[in-house]
Amino acid sequence: MLPLPPTANDANLFKIMNYSPHSAEQTSHNMDKGEFLRQLKTQLKADNILSEPEQLRVYECDALSVYQVLPWLVVLPETTEQAQAVLKLCSKYGVPVVVRGAGTGLSGGALPVANGVLLSMAKFNRILAIDPDNRCARVQSGVRNLAVSEATAPYGLYYAPDPSSQLACTIGGNIAENSGGVHCLKYGLTVNNILSIHLLTIDGDLLTLGGAGLDSSGYDLLAIVTGSEGLLGIVVEATLKLLPMPETASTLLAIFTSIEQAGAAVAAIISDGLIPAGLEMMDSLAIQAAEAFIHAGYPVDAAALLLCEMDGMSEQVTEDIARARAIFYAQGASEVRLAETDHERKKLWAGRKATFPAVGRLSPDYYCMDGTIPRKYLADVLLGIADLAAQYGLAVANVFHAGDGNLHPLILYDANKDNDLARVEVLGHKILELCIAVGGTITGEHGVGMEKLNGMCLQFATAELQQFHAVKAAFDARGLLNAGKAIPSLARCAEFGAMHVHHGQLPRPDLERF
Amino acid sequence: MDNTDQLRECVLAAIAHKTPLHIIGGNSKAFYGRATQGEPFHVAKHSGVIHYEPTELVITARCGTPLADIKKLLTEHGQMLAFEPPHFGNTATIGGTVSAGLSGSRRAYTSAVRDVVLGIRLINGQGEVVKFGGEVMKNVAGFDVSRLQVGALGTLGVLLDISLKVLPRPETEITLAFILNEAQALTTMIELGRQNLPLSAMCFESNTLHVRLSGAESALKAAQQRLGGEVLSPIIAKTFWRSLREQQHEFFQGDTPLWRLSLAPATPQPQLSGQWFIDWGGALRWLKTDESAETIFATMQSLSAHACRFRSVLGCEFQPPAEALAKLQRNIKHAFDPHGLFNRGRLYAEW
Repeated sequence: MLPLPPTANDANLFKIMNYSPHSAEQTSHNMDKGEFLRQLKTQLKADNILSEPEQLRVYECDALSVYQVLPWLVVLPETTEQAQAVLKLCSKYGVPVVVRGAGTGLSGGALPVANGVLLSMAKFNRILAIDPDNRCARVQSGVRNLAVSEATAPYGLYYAPDPSSQLACTIGGNIAENSGGVHCLKYGLTVNNILSIHLLTIDGDLLTLGGAGLDSSGYDLLAIVTGSEGLLGIVVEATLKLLPMPETASTLLAIFTSIEQAGAAVAAIISDGLIPAGLEMMDSLAIQAAEAFIHAGYPVDAAALLLCEMDGMSEQVTEDIARARAIFYAQGASEVRLAETDHERKKLWAGRKATFPAVGRLSPDYYCMDGTIPRKYLADVLLGIADLAAQYGLAVANVFHAGDGNLHPLILYDANKDNDLARVEVLGHKILELCIAVGGTITGEHGVGMEKLNGMCLQFATAELQQFHAVKAAFDARGLLNAGKAIPSLARCAEFGAMHVHHGQLPRPDLERF
Repeated sequence: MDNTDQLRECVLAAIAHKTPLHIIGGNSKAFYGRATQGEPFHVAKHSGVIHYEPTELVITARCGTPLADIKKLLTEHGQMLAFEPPHFGNTATIGGTVSAGLSGSRRAYTSAVRDVVLGIRLINGQGEVVKFGGEVMKNVAGFDVSRLQVGALGTLGVLLDISLKVLPRPETEITLAFILNEAQALTTMIELGRQNLPLSAMCFESNTLHVRLSGAESALKAAQQRLGGEVLSPIIAKTFWRSLREQQHEFFQGDTPLWRLSLAPATPQPQLSGQWFIDWGGALRWLKTDESAETIFATMQSLSAHACRFRSVLGCEFQPPAEALAKLQRNIKHAFDPHGLFNRGRLYAEW
């Protein structure tokens, strides 16, 4: 049985879900904008400094566009020295800094702060070296993810992490978010695929974390910086691990008449010792949306489908595909199709990859969630989500990186309707509570940003949050880098916690009340 | 047995009395790391597997759980720790394995210790029990404090429980041997590394390149036909890889200082005198030498590589960090252990 998520008072939730920076998460300064601009202009070309409102407007949000803040200034340095100079100025005058790659983040991590500099890494867009013998590529942080694999393809090598925004998203953003993709069960996340980075601290020091080899001395700072959402430093360069391109890849489409069967089939694949390169699940609403949009050949009456890809040497792939096919049938699949040609294979994946825009056609707006759960609770959680969705009168489509338990419920809504977004956020919050209740996490790959700060209060205890703040202080004692993101203040959690009075007991009695 | 409360009381007492603690699990890796100051603090009784579900590919165990027990349990379910951890003695624990951060020959092809750590529970230097990460594969909530513990040699806290990602054992394995000189072997490892082959280890010593392949029998047969070489008998192959992992191979015997060099795999052999054993397809080089530490560290620094004097009567020593990085590491230490209690001196002399 599923443990019940904590109950919250919806009226109170409405109030706090609407984003506003908490006073404890803001950093104030008295620097005059004109004077700051004058000093910046001694370091950067005037073209690379934006201060007019219409110029700033472009940067007011990332891909979580429901939240918008106009930045104080935008700077686009072209060299490490210029970036260093900007940071030194910000550090000197206590001006907060938000770093931005391509702005494809889904959690508001690159949302500007009103009195801070938005540091765009867009001009750090060069691939510096490809070293096929050492199977690595040295790139600037503003290089697009897909550009790496395109550039290394002539050497028979590729960069494995493939977030769905890979056409646009940058390596620096991938490192900040520890991005995954559909292949992470087999090939790992960003943290598993980088060798070293050049990091600028808020004081403008240039550090090299990691090295040319696989292991380094001292603390694994490369690990703690990866996924730190721009709170610890600014990545200007990275050396990425490359892998030999698989000799072949094959994809199975397995069709199920119930979510439970599909969930059991995922567990059966894993327990049989198979590690697919990709193992994705879609529920009926996601299937219908994708099929209407892409015509991938998905069965629109199915309750769930699984896409299972095997890659490697052709002999290995043939064996693995045969095993997987047998397992799917044994678990009750009504049909299992093998993509016979590369064209067919790409078409099957096109449907999955287009799920988000496909859902966008069904509904004026949608809100993408990102919880991760132990796989065994898959069916329970999906049924729980369906119950909650009905309760709030909203439709939810589910796509799921089934291999690694990462769930992306897409909540359909209409931003022009009063209260719709507020209801969505409460539903989203309840879904995250459900993920935590089964031992999962509020974010698998999209990050906390500003979006899930309240969720962090649920997932972590005070001492843990304090430990995070201590780590932050070790890098950035004054809290200037991406202030107010990723790690909630204790004050926020105290206020948020007060909404969750459970069995008459005040949670977090250890915290001062505000 | 869950000893969290007792261990925490000890840490609180240590804070109160300003007594530094020397954390000891199975003591199998006492040689690794610099001389440690402090009262011996035995943690091995905090032991036992807490949670293991093969279909979730995750095992959670207390720090004192013997590494051998974990491996046995995983083997029973057709799974393994994919980083091929060295034991260096029968008493090795999972806590010590993670704290030391040492990975075996599979490191270059499947994963390292750092790749499989999903979550931890820790007593920090304030005496608080804190939990980070979890049992799920993907988790980006909060800083990745779990991975930071790998290789930290216990200087950031007392590791209580650890969740690790596990992988299925390969269907089968074969080891191919090729008689080559050192230069040929390095070239061959580079070439093979660029191909799509089911590699799980490549090492070279005294004119023999060993290549281990893991996967379905049909795939291994095809790979073997492509590569040639002599197929070692399974028992000889297994003994060979174990002797390398546990450093029982004759190369590792004798009194000459043993260095561990982590560098880019295609790096030509550095101009350092001594005997070499090349692992990780070229990315890890063991060197027995009397060259000075200054010479070796300087040579490695010029290669963006990292060296460690691994076993020596002179003691263990790590590549010194650049100044700004040294300052940051000290800040990190302070963030976890403000009173400087845990394993003082083990990583760096100053703290």
